[in-house]
Amino acid sequence: MRRWLLALLLIPCLVSAEEAKPLAENPQAEARLKTLALELRCLVCQNQTLADSTAPLAEDLRREVREMIAKNMSDQEILDFLVQRYGDFVLYRPPLKATTTFLWLGPFLLLVVGGVTLAVALRRRAKTMPDPALSDEDHRAVAHLLSVGTKRS
Amino acid sequence: MKRFLFPLAIFVVVVGFLGIGLTLNPREVPSPLVGKPAPDFVLPQLHEPQQIVSLQNLRGTVWLLNFWASWCGGCKEEHPVLMQLAKTGEVPIYGMDYKDRRNEGIAWLQRWGNPYSVIAVDESGRVGINYGVYGVPETYVIDKAGVIRYKQIGPLDESILDKKIMPLVRELQQQ
Repeated sequence: MRRWLLALLLIPCLVSAEEAKPLAENPQAEARLKTLALELRCLVCQNQTLADSTAPLAEDLRREVREMIAKNMSDQEILDFLVQRYGDFVLYRPPLKATTTFLWLGPFLLLVVGGVTLAVALRRRAKTMPDPALSDEDHRAVAHLLSVGTKRS
Repeated sequence: MKRFLFPLAIFVVVVGFLGIGLTLNPREVPSPLVGKPAPDFVLPQLHEPQQIVSLQNLRGTVWLLNFWASWCGGCKEEHPVLMQLAKTGEVPIYGMDYKDRRNEGIAWLQRWGNPYSVIAVDESGRVGINYGVYGVPETYVIDKAGVIRYKQIGPLDESILDKKIMPLVRELQQQ
């Protein structure tokens, strides 16, 4: 009886763990899909990339992209396919054009405005600061204090 | 006192922008397909799968294309509006049963009523992708030449129908 139980306990040893297999047969295509999907926005959950999202539409779009990769379409052709249907919004890096000028240049504009404001403010403050006028008495006092300091150490 | 005016002005401007931002709907992404020809499709009908729906027989009519599904909550919401519109017979409504099970789609229509002239089945969602659908319900107004003239994202209501869609449909029908 005991021997049988022991044998029973040993059964799991026959099973060995294996590396998880990649979902698609073609790991290169899958890697391309991943890099593309990281550039694309899921339209259902708008703050997620197509790679992260589990929304049904994102799954469909990944399938679509996978098929286009299989058809040997270039990255640009695949992005164009999606932009034609969903607009620039689908791209995480929208192209620079008339409507997106402010989006691209706005941060630099703000940086310049901030820098100029800071420079003006600093200059104005420097002007309003009174010049410290020291009398001979003060100089002597400073020299005295410093000499005391050196003696101590 | 005067030195607080500048920060206050910035604050007011930022609040202004944020206030405008609150009134916008981030779900409404403008479609690049408005003004472009409606993508063609050849799909089976919902009730008679051996029958085919295609755009070819729709030239010369103004029509609505409504993407819906039995699993979609917003579709239930807009359904009475579609029923009302269908009753007037002013414009044919084509239904697109989007990523749905056929029997569930049929059961849904049986339960709530069928406002559609013809219903096609887009089981894989591919036609939806061609139309840039990203959330049902979505409704398209398509003119006599087969060009998309308007896209409604999300449920229709009476005010959208009265103020936007029907005036556009009537105008297009005159052409």
